[in-house]
Amino acid sequence: MSMVTLRIQRFNPEADAAPVYREYTVEVDPTDRVLDTLNAVKWYQDGTLTYRRSCAHGVCGSDAMRINGVNRLACKVLMRDVGAQVTVEPLMGFRVIKDLVVDMEPFFAQFRSVLPFFINDARPPERERLQSVEDRERFDDTTKCILCAACTTSCPSFWANEDFVGPAAIVNAHRFIFDTRDAAAAERLEILNDREGVWRCRTIFNCTEACPREIKITKAIGEVKKAILYGTARA
Amino acid sequence: MIHTHHYDALVVGAGGAGMMAAIYLSRNPDLKTACISKLYPTRSHTGAAQGGIGAALANLEEDHPEWHAFDTVKGSDYLGDQDAIETMCTEAVDVIVELEHMGLPFSRTPDGKIAQRPFGGHTHHFGEGPVRRSCYAADRTGHMILQTLYQNCIKNGVDFYDEFQVVDVMVEGGVCRGVVAWHVHTGDLHVFHAKATLFATGGFGRVWSITSNAHANTGDGPAIALRAGIPLEDMEFYQFHPTGIYRLGILITEGVRGEGGILRNDHGERFMERYAPTMKDLASRDVVARAISQEIKEGRGINGKKYVYLDATHLGADVIENKLPDIADFCRTYLGIDPVKEPMPIQPTAHYAMGGIPTDIDTQVILDAHGTVLTGMYAAGEVACVSVHGANRLGTNSLLDLVVFGRRAGLAMERFCRTAEMPGIPADPTARTEARFGALLATESGGEPAARLREEMQDVMQDNVGIFRTAAGMQHALDKVRELKARFAKVQVMDRGKRFNTDLLEAWELGNLLDLAEVTTVCALNRTESRGAHMRDDFDKRNDVEWLKHSLAHVEDGGPIRIDYKPVSITRFQPKERVY
Repeated sequence: MSMVTLRIQRFNPEADAAPVYREYTVEVDPTDRVLDTLNAVKWYQDGTLTYRRSCAHGVCGSDAMRINGVNRLACKVLMRDVGAQVTVEPLMGFRVIKDLVVDMEPFFAQFRSVLPFFINDARPPERERLQSVEDRERFDDTTKCILCAACTTSCPSFWANEDFVGPAAIVNAHRFIFDTRDAAAAERLEILNDREGVWRCRTIFNCTEACPREIKITKAIGEVKKAILYGTARA
Repeated sequence: MIHTHHYDALVVGAGGAGMMAAIYLSRNPDLKTACISKLYPTRSHTGAAQGGIGAALANLEEDHPEWHAFDTVKGSDYLGDQDAIETMCTEAVDVIVELEHMGLPFSRTPDGKIAQRPFGGHTHHFGEGPVRRSCYAADRTGHMILQTLYQNCIKNGVDFYDEFQVVDVMVEGGVCRGVVAWHVHTGDLHVFHAKATLFATGGFGRVWSITSNAHANTGDGPAIALRAGIPLEDMEFYQFHPTGIYRLGILITEGVRGEGGILRNDHGERFMERYAPTMKDLASRDVVARAISQEIKEGRGINGKKYVYLDATHLGADVIENKLPDIADFCRTYLGIDPVKEPMPIQPTAHYAMGGIPTDIDTQVILDAHGTVLTGMYAAGEVACVSVHGANRLGTNSLLDLVVFGRRAGLAMERFCRTAEMPGIPADPTARTEARFGALLATESGGEPAARLREEMQDVMQDNVGIFRTAAGMQHALDKVRELKARFAKVQVMDRGKRFNTDLLEAWELGNLLDLAEVTTVCALNRTESRGAHMRDDFDKRNDVEWLKHSLAHVEDGGPIRIDYKPVSITRFQPKERVY
């Protein structure tokens, strides 16, 4: 066990004029998650500290936040990896509702704008559609997305222009564009060819580094750009 | 401020069962449907399911829904209702194909079909050996189901109310009239008035200290139901998954054993050969979890500690990286070990409620042993007890339960809403909620934090109402839970604000957990036999003469818990001794 200091950005628009940083000292195990440490503060020191969390093992996407300046899931970072002084702040680019909780609605609106659902109006066969192992593998990486927003809120192009559809939406479009069973790749490519689409991406790689699912996001965005240029997802 | 909404149908909970129902309801453009969820839908715990969803597709070898049904009945230790089980196993094939048609990216066989792997308790020829029945998408099958259903809900324009905590159900005169919800963002109450209401709110693993369940899995649905006069069925049966990460409880899928992983004790022995000579590491979960606990109890845990090894090192990097990538990631992140090279330290983890809100096969909530229906109320998924899992659920059957009975709920509610009249709203529908929240906020200073009460509850339940149960231990747990309920009257909520008050929410959730801990323990003490997940030392055999029946726990007007019984539906498979 050792003592760490958590420096947390606090802001309750109901009561505060501006965000402030508050410090909390907590006893931790090196293998505790940052989320465990936030819980220790909330449960036994200051119940007003507010953040989202659910699964606590990196699959639900609730607890994305800035930890020592980088976007991470609080449940996927261990205390031994963050040092004795830890700064925790909300994701950048979305309105703060309270403390570490940001308004996710614009993020989901971007997600919804890319037709993030399977489209194929042809009558399906009696049994499953067939898909080769190779064709399934083609979009495997982008099926891993948990919509935590770590990527989009780490993107300087998004910080500069909140109308940019953002990496997460492109990842979810990619998942369908490169699925051989889907029939609406052209429509999605047209949406992403818009001025707020893929061309806002400047290949900065922040998204790829931020992704807790280790999706190769910049590569996926590159594949979408290429598909727009060459006119087909299957080229 | 109180807001009122009117809908034909409400779906409470946006996991697998809720969203499957919402998709079916949304196919009728004349019906107004709302889906209300305490979390954003993609945060639901369905997304944490890993290893697969069971269906006798026979894509790789001979298989039949009848074999699947037999395995499920046997897995349930003969407490599952066989009419419901047959329905589930027969509809399984069709519903998996439907998920694929909705776009679900299953892993594939070399000839392009949905891939399948072996899983615990799933056999060919009525128990002769393992069969490949679990349809999977790597080791994130639940994630893919959750995403696919959410995507299809968006496609169909389902109305979502995200981060709305349902806090009460409006039942009056034997008719359900909708729910009361608390908007977490604003702290406002919303009355959702509807003809049909589905509870698909998931489980309550947070009653125990070592659990695979999310923080959000606090049993809100069953606790609300119980307070509204709805009984809970078979609450004594709670599943401990054999393989959770030591101390953390994070799930390590049975798919690891499905792919050939082996459990070993401190001597390196493959101890499951002694407990289940035919199925070995792929025996049903209650059997394997008990075996692990027995090994630990007898001092054969690793270095004498409370864990054993799950060894996958012989499977090779290719199988682990491609078929079990998330498991590899969990081990590397939380344990700092590489499962390709080192065995995983595991212990059983509180995982799944077999019991819940009693329903008929069309997911209609029933109120008593005679099958009296609560008009307009439905339940599906883990919150419900239909009962397809009986005393012990087989792996892959929970995801299947969600989609089969989620679909049946959507269909039944759609039929009901077409002809039903809108019921009236009770007078002052939020009074009970306001009283409850008022009580939670009554202690202005000097009370106890909810977290302390919760930890004490989790510890006493883990030690005494877990895998091995004794009368003395359960009585001790019951006394303790009742003491905690008394102390809960002076719980301290520090956050006094309206906006996103998760301090208040956690206190409210704790009230649910305490109610369910009490019911679980009372039912466990009451059942004087051992069956499936319920194993006690003073009654260590199954007793079909006295106990081949479901229990129904009732609480009337805050009074003591009363238990009565409902018969088990037995059609094709007569109870036999259970050997794996």
